[in-house]
Amino acid sequence: MSSTRTTPPSPAGTGRSVRRPGDRVFAGTAKGAGILILVILAGVAAFLVVEAVPALTAPAEDIPGGGGLASYIAPLVFGTLLAAVIALLVATPLAVAISLFIGYYAPRRIAQGLGYLVDLLAAIPSIVYGFWGIFWLAPKLVPFYQWLERDLGFIPLFAGPASTTGRTMLTTGLVLAVMILPIISAISREVFLQVPSLHREAALALGATRWEMIRMAVLPYGRSGVIGGAMLGLGRALGETMAVAIVLSVSGGITFNLISSGNPSTIAANIALEFPESSGIDINTLIASGLALFVITLAVNMLARAIVNRRADFSGAN
Amino acid sequence: MSQTSTAPAPTGSSAPAPRRGERARRLPNWSPWAVFLGAAAVVGVLWPVFDLNIALFVLYTVVLGTLAVYLLTRTVEGPRRATDRLVTCLVVSAFGLAMVPLVSLVWEVVSRGAARLDGEFFNSSLVGIVGEGGGAYHAIMGTLIITALTTLISVPIGLMTAIFLVEYARGRLKRAITFLVDVMTGIPSIVAGLFAYALFAIFFGPGIRLGVMGAIALSVLMIPVVVRSAEEVLKLVPNELREASYALGVPKWRTIVKVVIPTSIAGLGTGVTLAIARVVGETAPLLITLGITNATNLDAFDGRMATLPVYAYYQLTQPGVPPQFATDRAWTAALVLIILVMGLNVVARLISRFFAPKTGR
Repeated sequence: MSSTRTTPPSPAGTGRSVRRPGDRVFAGTAKGAGILILVILAGVAAFLVVEAVPALTAPAEDIPGGGGLASYIAPLVFGTLLAAVIALLVATPLAVAISLFIGYYAPRRIAQGLGYLVDLLAAIPSIVYGFWGIFWLAPKLVPFYQWLERDLGFIPLFAGPASTTGRTMLTTGLVLAVMILPIISAISREVFLQVPSLHREAALALGATRWEMIRMAVLPYGRSGVIGGAMLGLGRALGETMAVAIVLSVSGGITFNLISSGNPSTIAANIALEFPESSGIDINTLIASGLALFVITLAVNMLARAIVNRRADFSGAN
Repeated sequence: MSQTSTAPAPTGSSAPAPRRGERARRLPNWSPWAVFLGAAAVVGVLWPVFDLNIALFVLYTVVLGTLAVYLLTRTVEGPRRATDRLVTCLVVSAFGLAMVPLVSLVWEVVSRGAARLDGEFFNSSLVGIVGEGGGAYHAIMGTLIITALTTLISVPIGLMTAIFLVEYARGRLKRAITFLVDVMTGIPSIVAGLFAYALFAIFFGPGIRLGVMGAIALSVLMIPVVVRSAEEVLKLVPNELREASYALGVPKWRTIVKVVIPTSIAGLGTGVTLAIARVVGETAPLLITLGITNATNLDAFDGRMATLPVYAYYQLTQPGVPPQFATDRAWTAALVLIILVMGLNVVARLISRFFAPKTGR
């Protein structure tokens, strides 16, 4: 709208175009849709706060568990962060390697098809990952956990007793890692492809091997993109619900023991499991925990976007 | 492989003699493959000794082969090329490792889900079903209705926002909306569900479950996806087309409707289809806004509705007394869901291939 108003070279023309009702209606609708986005985001925060207030103000013994809101949410936040961090530690190196493979190692002709295969992982619904995790991955990991307990049990992470179902925090982290793999690899692939070919050719011309070329030209250029992609993956892993709800066997509070069957739940999975059977103040408590999740993911995503956008600014200048 | 084989012959004459000798020592191109075959043979011989399974066999072969390639290259070609080969092995194994979940997941779902992929599954609901039989007609219809409703809400808002961002917005408002749309793509799906619940609970009282609540929750997830893809596509429309239209005295809104959108219709179709594929498998928001029911409910403004992902979840977690039948139904529902999502992805690719604007000759 502003552009039609602020172009005065031909007074007659602009005068007419401003008064056209079609233009005004259309521009107004478009602007309204844009502002609606802001309203929705503010509405999500506002309605969650309104529904969470009863839990925030309720006496401690009314909250499930009887210890007040903070002690109810704390293990959930811990579980959420733990599962997401495991996922991130597993997925990031793997995703970088995959994007390097697709960008620089695979034969050019099939590289795009391989990239599409990795993207397919992103298209699979999260509940199907839950099915796969509990029926395929978890049983297969049981011998591995028994080995971890037997031979590496002195490390607190693998203290055991090893779960006999495999529904552990480590399994959950691995399922989440598979789910965020395509997100991180898609963004790393994109930034690796933007590396100026002159940089790469210069490195090769100096006699660098392929790995030396990647280490000197590709990785420094793509670093912030990879970090941003990893944080977007982290945001997804933090909020992932159904896969965790199905796979993770929940009992007990905060523990770093990754291979036992007593694990803290995650915020999102806890909501999905408890919400259908809850009423009254329990619902408000769950919404309060959802508000905590919203704030955490919002912070992570804003940081990630800021990093990715800063990199975009740099590459524009190049 | 190809780069290691390019022999730097021309520089040889001017280079000092010892380096020339060093460079001449090269392993043939097939040597890594041979090493890996050898490693597989060694591990295969050891199979009965250590009581291996297929996963451990592949793992040991890859580890042994990688080590052997590294040591061999290091002794023959030197440490730099050895590191290069090592990284190549690692990168290829990483890709192989990433394919394991995809292949095993698809295999698992197809083999377990095919059992109940029959007419009854698509024709009957779960009313009066205890144990064998029954289907997901009510859940499939619910998914279709909710998805259609979501699309109906999200596409106009998303499209108009994209148009606003590309054609009208300037300065701070544009930056703010772009940033917030990016942030919105990261909202956890369960939070979107809680938002829809909180919104309706305030007006209709607690415990409310409606189809339209699910559609609103899914819209929160779908709108940013539509905006992002539509924005990318609209930006690709050449400015010359807009200017030509303005030069003919066409108003801006008619330029957008008659020139910009038709030019980018293929990309818009692809983006919307992919956005639908993204929300059709969402479970968590529907679990808390729609609940589940065994009967067929086609009215999105009246009571609980079943949807395919939630149906699969409840069939798996609350299977009833002989769990086998419900578990089978759950896997078939997962299979139908995957087919639906993959089908939408294929449709999206076909749209972008066949409806792409004809480029000038």
